Amino acid sequence: MSGLKPAIAFEQVGVRFSRGGRDVVALENASFEVPESGFMTLLGPSGCGKSTLLRIVADIIRPSSGKVSILGETSAEARRARNIGFVFQDAALLPWLTVIDNVRLPLQIGRSDRREGRHTAEELLALVGLAGREQDFPHELSGGMRQRVSIARALLQEPRILLMDEPFGALDEITRDRLNDVLLHIWRETETTVLFVTHSIQEAAYLGQSVMVLAARPGRVREIVPVELQGPRSSSTRELPAFIKLCGQLRRILETC
Amino acid sequence: MNKDQTAMPLEHASSGDGVSLPDAPQAIRPTVFVRERLPGVMLPVTGVIVFIVLWWFAIRFFHIKPYIAPSPDAVAATLFNKRWILLQNLWPTAVEAICGFLLGNGMAIVVATVFVHSRTLERAFFPIMVLLNSVPVVAKAPILVLLLGNGLAPKIGIAAIVCFFPTLVNMARGLESVNPQALELMHVLSATRGEVFTRLRLPTAVPYLFSALKVAASTSVVGAIVGEWIGSQYGIGALIIQATYNFDSRLLYATVICGSVLSVLFFSIIRTAERVCARRYETRER
Ligand SMILES: Nc1ncnc2c1ncn2[C@@H]1O[C@H](COP(=O)(O)OP(=O)(O)O)[C@@H](O)[C@H]1O
Ligand SMILES: [Mg+2]
Repeated sequence: MSGLKPAIAFEQVGVRFSRGGRDVVALENASFEVPESGFMTLLGPSGCGKSTLLRIVADIIRPSSGKVSILGETSAEARRARNIGFVFQDAALLPWLTVIDNVRLPLQIGRSDRREGRHTAEELLALVGLAGREQDFPHELSGGMRQRVSIARALLQEPRILLMDEPFGALDEITRDRLNDVLLHIWRETETTVLFVTHSIQEAAYLGQSVMVLAARPGRVREIVPVELQGPRSSSTRELPAFIKLCGQLRRILETC
Repeated sequence: MNKDQTAMPLEHASSGDGVSLPDAPQAIRPTVFVRERLPGVMLPVTGVIVFIVLWWFAIRFFHIKPYIAPSPDAVAATLFNKRWILLQNLWPTAVEAICGFLLGNGMAIVVATVFVHSRTLERAFFPIMVLLNSVPVVAKAPILVLLLGNGLAPKIGIAAIVCFFPTLVNMARGLESVNPQALELMHVLSATRGEVFTRLRLPTAVPYLFSALKVAASTSVVGAIVGEWIGSQYGIGALIIQATYNFDSRLLYATVICGSVLSVLFFSIIRTAERVCARRYETRER
């Protein structure tokens, strides 16, 4: 929003994997920027490199070519400074830890980094609507609840960048809509920069300030569509003519991918 | 839990073709009656009693000579009369089995940890371990007796060796079977290898370790007994050899029963430990 320093900047980034002697181009010449406190959603067919893109930001994999800048530093520096929160598709909670211990896991790892952000683990659980479930184990929760625990875990150290890889993909539509509103509430409050992968056109349009559409084989940025919807999102947003028009536009772009 | 397990074979038998019928109303299934009338421990106890009675009848009606096979009452009498000799020989076997169990499994856990952290070492040394494991225990035993003399050491060594390999394989598999996304999470948190190991790999491996330890509980006793077969003066294994040479079938059977009791006892201890740990470490997700 400041427009001065982008939180995430990709310049001609490429990733290739060699699999069985053959090279797979997972991402080719990806260039884009996400401003600080921005919310960008990623949309595209399976295998177009959405997860790969998020993994590059989190320094889980290194690009084969191009330049990546995260908060003005390298991705490794941003990771070591605990500036990156990652929410995985299957929540990835540790089944032998209680809900509250799962949320506090980041404090157990690394010596110098042990500090909570503005909110304590309890407050974050309350924020995602799980007050009173602190001592439960993950298997006692529904899929949506587990995903909320993992969001609380990702937010614990108040990362300046939040990466979400199809976090609500496995949930029913009602639950997903509710969690979308929870997420937008958190985003507005924390002013973190969000990069959010989804399969759902509606979800991408509802959440994002802009939607990046990726094309497959090879994975590449097809188009970045700004979202121009007035006011904060609510359930009536989905009925606005502008919203419906945007979804149609995104669908047409996806069909050419 | 126990109740369900013991009732299971009957349930299968009732549906004739071995396929259970989930839709059949409970009341018309005859096994439900059996299951509700006989508490969990009753069925296995009944099985044991039936077995002993059949054994007794077989000895009586086929006129089997006492030096071929004893009757159950004769074995029971021997168990009582020779209880001191049996206990005296049970004790060293138990010590050997426990020491071998601790040593073999301890080594296996250490080696699995090393393998998980170094692909090079795994590729170099895993094949030779597979090869050594393929040598039967009875063939390894004399070699160890030559190497380690005639005291407790070779028996402990053999017990340790038979425990080692299954635990190594299971533990390594457990340490590898971490949730890949949890592994990525650890990376995002900049966790060191040590932290990944203690926070993620070790807890993931606990259920795998216990299933190996349960097997090892019985095999360590087998290992100790096989070790005692070779020129030993004491222990369950030595007593088995001695009784066989003397055609003392009653002592032989009594000794074998003592060995089994040791095995079962050992197994139960491990299973209890597993249940206590399972409350913390069992993978209950999905
Ligand atoms: N570790 C890997 N090794 C080899 N190929 C990979 C690896 N990770 C991803 N790929 C390949 O890269 C492409 C993009 O994958 P991914 O980023 O997971 O796609 P998406 O998340 O959009 O479905 C796919 O063709 C996938 O098979
Ligand atoms: Mg993906």
